[in-house]
Amino acid sequence: MKTMKVHVVTPDGPVYDSEVEMVSTKAQTGELGILPGHIPMVAPLQIGAVRLMKGVNTDYVAVSGGFLEVRPDTVTILAQTAEKSSEIDIERAVRAKERAEQRLRERQQENIDFKRAELALQRAINRISIAQRRI
Amino acid sequence: MASLRDIKNRINSTKKTSQITKAMEMVSSSKWNRGVMNAKAFVPYMEKIQEVTASIAMGSQDSNHPMLVSRPVKKTGYLVITSDRGLAGAFNSNVIRQVFQTVKSRHKSNDEFAIIAIGRVGRDFFIKQGMNVVLDITGVADQPSFSEIQDITSSAVGMFSDGTFDELFVYYSHYVSAISQEVTEKKLLPLTDIEVPTKLTSYEFEPNAEEILEVLLPQYAESLIFGALLDSKASEHAARMNAMKNATDNAKDLIGQLSLSYNRARQAAITQEITEIVGGAAALE
Repeated sequence: MKTMKVHVVTPDGPVYDSEVEMVSTKAQTGELGILPGHIPMVAPLQIGAVRLMKGVNTDYVAVSGGFLEVRPDTVTILAQTAEKSSEIDIERAVRAKERAEQRLRERQQENIDFKRAELALQRAINRISIAQRRI
Repeated sequence: MASLRDIKNRINSTKKTSQITKAMEMVSSSKWNRGVMNAKAFVPYMEKIQEVTASIAMGSQDSNHPMLVSRPVKKTGYLVITSDRGLAGAFNSNVIRQVFQTVKSRHKSNDEFAIIAIGRVGRDFFIKQGMNVVLDITGVADQPSFSEIQDITSSAVGMFSDGTFDELFVYYSHYVSAISQEVTEKKLLPLTDIEVPTKLTSYEFEPNAEEILEVLLPQYAESLIFGALLDSKASEHAARMNAMKNATDNAKDLIGQLSLSYNRARQAAITQEITEIVGGAAALE
């Protein structure tokens, strides 16, 4: 089967580089599946998982926001943070989740803090769910 | 002439100082290595986001996203990146001097500009000068990760969006090599001069160009700030490494000179004692 190159890059360095057969992820407009030969496209991503399919194997990368840039033979994901499922620190994610929930409970704060806590919670839940899938 | 014991004390204290500066040099050199590596790791991300941003911004010329349009300047923002600690030679003073001179020559009153200071040295200086520091951040890690400094970058970009200032310049020390760093001024916002890559790709947008710019431009501006910070960290450690190397070398020279005068003084004392003994013996005969 045809393959394409996938790069996941973050400001802290490249996270994932490989040849895959299909990329499937959640853009802000909805679920998106990309095969080799796709027309050039740009789409913002949601906090979620990127599934990279390669034969029988599927790799999972947790991304927090960012972009998907597609060209016929390469897919680049520009995310502010991204981790391969094997590199997620579950304990840290669980702690982050508790912290975010705690903050959401003490609602009296300003709007911005509330939004930030909500995003943090989403990121933590995303990381936990991806990390648990590998087991 | 200083007494033997005075010289001995000075030699000892200089030796201790040189041990400390030597240790600081080695610490800085390992931090410098990692700083350069971080700056390198950031390059692919920066290149890619620049390429995409340029493609989209050029592709939709008619777009009038506020971050792309120059508006009449009532207030200018200066983002100044310095370090938290000194002992880095002229690293901080170079940046501060340039900002100070620029601000003095461009503006007449405190209302015409706002300063965002990253790093304690810069913050303290501008506050002491009574300048308008709107935001300051200290205690940035030596190896900052993007998530750590996202608060800074997004509030800086936010201040442009909400009209706190109408243009934003960043001043930092650009890392050229281990022995050379130069102060750089970059216009960050509005994003009028995005470097256009050689090959522009025409993209399909999902959902449309405007909404993508809405997300992409702040992220691009934030990564520019992060890039400047990484660059500045690499220069900081290189500058400190050099300063400490010079200090260690100077201490070595000084110890050499002091040992020489110590030995001279010791020899003089011995000679004097012998003369006295000989003189005493001669007087008895």
